[in-house]
Amino acid sequence: MTLETTACVLAYMVLAYLGGAVVALLPLRSGLTRALSAAAAIAGALAGIVLAARVLIAGAPFALTVPALLSVGGGLALRLDTLGAFFLILVGVVAAPAALYGAGYSRAYTGRYSLRWLGAMLNLFLLTMSVVTLADNVLTFVLAWEAMSVASYFLVMTEHERADTVAAGGWYLAMTHVGLALILSAFLLLVPVDGGGSFAELRLTAAALSPSLRGVVFVLAVLGFGSKAGLVPLHVWLPRAHPAAPSHVSALMSGVMVKLGVYGILRFALDLLGVGPAWWGALLIGLGAASALVGVLYALMEDDLKRLLAYSSVENVGLIFIGVGAGLLFTSLHEPAAAALALAAALYHALNHAVFKGLLFLGAGAVAHATGTRDMNRLGGLVRRLPWTAACFLVGALAIGGLPPFNGFVSEWLLFQSLLPAVGSSAPLVAPVMTLAVGALALTAGLAAAAFVKAFGITFLALPRSVEAREAHEASVTMRVAMVGLAALCAVLGLGAAFVLPALGSILAGYAGLPRVVPPLTAGPLLVPPGGGASISPSLVAIGLLLAMGAAWLAVRVGAARGLRVGDTWGCGRIGQTPRMEYTSTAYAEPLRRVFAELYRPTEDLTIDVHPESRYFVQSIAYRSEIVPWFERYVYGPLVRRVAAGAGRTRAIQSGSAHAYLAYLVVALLALLAISLAWSG
Amino acid sequence: MLFSKIFRTGLVTEPLAGDDAAIAVARELAARTRRLLGRALAIREVDAGSCNGCELEISGLTGPVYDSERFGIHFVASPRHADLLLVTGPVTRNMEVPLRKTWEATPAPKLVVAVGDCARTCGVFAGSYAVVGSVDRVVPVDAFVDGCPPEPADILRGILVALDRRAAR
Amino acid sequence: MTRWAIEIAQGLLVLALAPGLVGVVRWLKARLQSRRGAPPWQPYYELRKLFGKEVVVSSSASWLFRLAPYVVFASTAAAACLVPSLAVGRPLDAVGDLLVVVYLLLLGTVFLALAGLDPGSAFGGMGSSREMTVAALAEPTVALAIFALALSAGSTNLGQIVGRTLTDPAAALSPGHLFAFAALFVVMLAETGRLPVDNPATHLELTMIHEAMVLEYSGRYLALIEWAAALKLLVFFALLGNLFLPWGVAVAASPGALAVALGSLLLKLAVIAVVVAVLETRLAKLRLFRVPELLSVSFVLALLAVTSSFLAR
Repeated sequence: MTLETTACVLAYMVLAYLGGAVVALLPLRSGLTRALSAAAAIAGALAGIVLAARVLIAGAPFALTVPALLSVGGGLALRLDTLGAFFLILVGVVAAPAALYGAGYSRAYTGRYSLRWLGAMLNLFLLTMSVVTLADNVLTFVLAWEAMSVASYFLVMTEHERADTVAAGGWYLAMTHVGLALILSAFLLLVPVDGGGSFAELRLTAAALSPSLRGVVFVLAVLGFGSKAGLVPLHVWLPRAHPAAPSHVSALMSGVMVKLGVYGILRFALDLLGVGPAWWGALLIGLGAASALVGVLYALMEDDLKRLLAYSSVENVGLIFIGVGAGLLFTSLHEPAAAALALAAALYHALNHAVFKGLLFLGAGAVAHATGTRDMNRLGGLVRRLPWTAACFLVGALAIGGLPPFNGFVSEWLLFQSLLPAVGSSAPLVAPVMTLAVGALALTAGLAAAAFVKAFGITFLALPRSVEAREAHEASVTMRVAMVGLAALCAVLGLGAAFVLPALGSILAGYAGLPRVVPPLTAGPLLVPPGGGASISPSLVAIGLLLAMGAAWLAVRVGAARGLRVGDTWGCGRIGQTPRMEYTSTAYAEPLRRVFAELYRPTEDLTIDVHPESRYFVQSIAYRSEIVPWFERYVYGPLVRRVAAGAGRTRAIQSGSAHAYLAYLVVALLALLAISLAWSG
Repeated sequence: MLFSKIFRTGLVTEPLAGDDAAIAVARELAARTRRLLGRALAIREVDAGSCNGCELEISGLTGPVYDSERFGIHFVASPRHADLLLVTGPVTRNMEVPLRKTWEATPAPKLVVAVGDCARTCGVFAGSYAVVGSVDRVVPVDAFVDGCPPEPADILRGILVALDRRAAR
Repeated sequence: MTRWAIEIAQGLLVLALAPGLVGVVRWLKARLQSRRGAPPWQPYYELRKLFGKEVVVSSSASWLFRLAPYVVFASTAAAACLVPSLAVGRPLDAVGDLLVVVYLLLLGTVFLALAGLDPGSAFGGMGSSREMTVAALAEPTVALAIFALALSAGSTNLGQIVGRTLTDPAAALSPGHLFAFAALFVVMLAETGRLPVDNPATHLELTMIHEAMVLEYSGRYLALIEWAAALKLLVFFALLGNLFLPWGVAVAASPGALAVALGSLLLKLAVIAVVVAVLETRLAKLRLFRVPELLSVSFVLALLAVTSSFLAR
């Protein structure tokens, strides 16, 4: 009975998304298209959440096989276990607000870009992401993965009249297929020679492989899934593609799609391959720490609001991978309890990041929608024009900055707590590596706080720096509801940490011999990770802060003078104040640019135009400064040039002569004949 | 080495000497202001076009000999933090609006003490094309301290008199 | 019930003592400058005066400007309540550990930085940018110093860290503790805006970090922010005193133990105040772009602390 009900929910989800895709393509009024495609997406997302919740509550996986659907490679095999269920919930939790937001946001596209295609691709994107979490054999997984990439490519290319969007789409398509090639290689190494490729068979094959081959599979999986997740050095598509897409799509890509990269690695490392040697975990920690630092350092220097958010996604993915790597390291050191905690912290951070990054992208979209620009140097003063957006963005910024009592702080605290045993581990090289990882974690946290003070402060506070910012309008109702919903979820995930951790702790139980993360029963409102002595209570801290603020306000109201007068900003008695006198986004990051000048190698270009009759009267000054994009210039640049050169040389084969082509055919046929004769002989 | 010098020098603060001859009170002080500002006073110094002679004397106020801090007086950078504006110089045309803005930026209750002959009568600059007039033409003044430049002790007494405080030690 | 009474009494005591601590440091600096200076209780007069003054708010500022002083004050007060100034084993011990204290202080810093940007003045933006730079660069040192302490104590819980040194007095002189103390001392100078990082008494806006952010505040808002700054100083002093030299901290809830705790707290605060006053007199302010060098020195000290703690186990 239960199985059939769950199958029904799955059917509802698939039907909702497919129905949404079909309905979106019908020739209806644009408003109806927007509303229907959003409604279908929300219905599908909710169905997905219900499906995942049923699996998590029951504790037992749900499986469904349809071999007749695609007879090659074992057909369509779906299985939702607790790991997949968690990521399915993540999909639904961000998809519902994003779709709701998109209904209002995409109104700006009416007449210019195809709303029907946008609605259809959105539903398809959500469907394929959900199927990725459900896939139980290679064929289903790879098909869903590729369909997800293609759907998201079309979504990124929505605003195809902009030149940078087209370039971003190119980068994205190339890198996602590089990732696909690596993932396919990893899968193919595990597929048995005669088998169908279901995950159960892959597990058996993996157990029988030699350690070096398992290592190769692991590295291929890390690189393939890491490119989707945004792990350095395969992250370069992220800061291009995420800002170019419509904002609700950016929220989905940054919030959900990169987490599917994390899902892939977890599926390989914990489920298919099983416990591995220590260098697996160390590799992930190293890549994670590098991503975290690179992401935050580039985010600090960005003036484009959405690019800042995209680089910040790279940073947070790095943090998640530090947790995952620590978990893998602990499993190889035979400390399952510590591993369970580290992985639970990583999953918690993945969930938190999905929620607050989704919120931040929706907020940035509202700003871009209202002003037509993403350049922070042209924004400002929006806290008065867009009060709801500003408040929601502030919640998101405080959460991502890791400030108590929000959810970002809780997951970073858990990450710190889970790394503490490793700093004291007696295994060689673990302690120094972990110490530096902790230092990198803390530096990232501090720099992220600085980056988001800049993002919120320059965009929303002070006076508007341009006409567009002066005349901005607040977002529409659907957009506001979506943002408020995500902000409330941020608060709930933070304050309710004592309930979230036990729920997360049971997700990975059973994989690679991991136990459940079971906090002591007497915890109450306290978040107590098992095994340590420390505990915190985000809810009590929040209550304490509110009480202290209330008490201070009351005391001041009773005991202090009441007068308040509005005056000019103090500018040393200057006659007038203009927005040109405010700090800009570039100026805000300048001290850190100098501190890290060795990493950034900033170039400066100053052009001063003087009056033709006297060089003492300056007419205009143009200042341009750029930081070195290390990966694009020194890794991808030469690579692309070499590939292009090689492709140019290979083009010689296409001579255009029919005789040459016939000769190729004959040679190929003869070669095939020879090979098949040799094989059978 | 620095500390041996400090300990050899000891305390050099002198008791506040002199009389109130150089001080002219222009406005009565409200009792509430006296109670509020009597023990802790923040001063923002405004140079409304002076020759800096008065500034040099004022800068001696925070030094060890005159030590204004022992009376609870300290100097601040922003008029928003200030209770008293210490204005010097004949008010030049370019400084008229900034002086007015500084006064408006100061929260109530506030006082103004004008230091030097220039602040009261424009001194040697009287009648110049660049000068607007004495300080009380721009902002309401509570006390004038005469002198060109006045002694630091007189300036300090002027501030205390404006606060209606007799100097303690 | 007694535990809660101690908790509340400690919180109120810390709130009341904080301005006095700032006054003591100022008085000591005055005496070292060969002048009489204001009495150590002068900051209380200043706070009373500020609460009686009118508030002038810039027309470019938003609701965040008026909310920020309350957030800064509340977060610093909450951090102060979590620090074991008088006693351990209090009920709030389980609500927040050392990481929570540090990040609550960062919450206050972030709101002050936002409030510096709000009125749209160049000084505020400058102070805000510099403050976030210093705070961001001090974070890794703090995290590593906390980890050094947590390694020897077993967790980041404040009561446990204090208890560990009480049960094993030799640990107070271990290289890990000494390095961690030195690292945290430098961070304290940076975070509370003391020389050589920032001069609290400067009038030159281009040399300001903390002061530049509060240039627009007046009246009761300024009073709350000044009080919060004094509380932050007290929190750091109390952490330096009670985590590294915990003798005197009350473990039992008896009046005798609490009296001893109060005396030892005042003694530790006084000693650290003297050290800070002497340092501020001896050192000149560092150029802003030399501050990261100072913070990297403290980072290396924290790294050494973790290494020694680890090797000593």
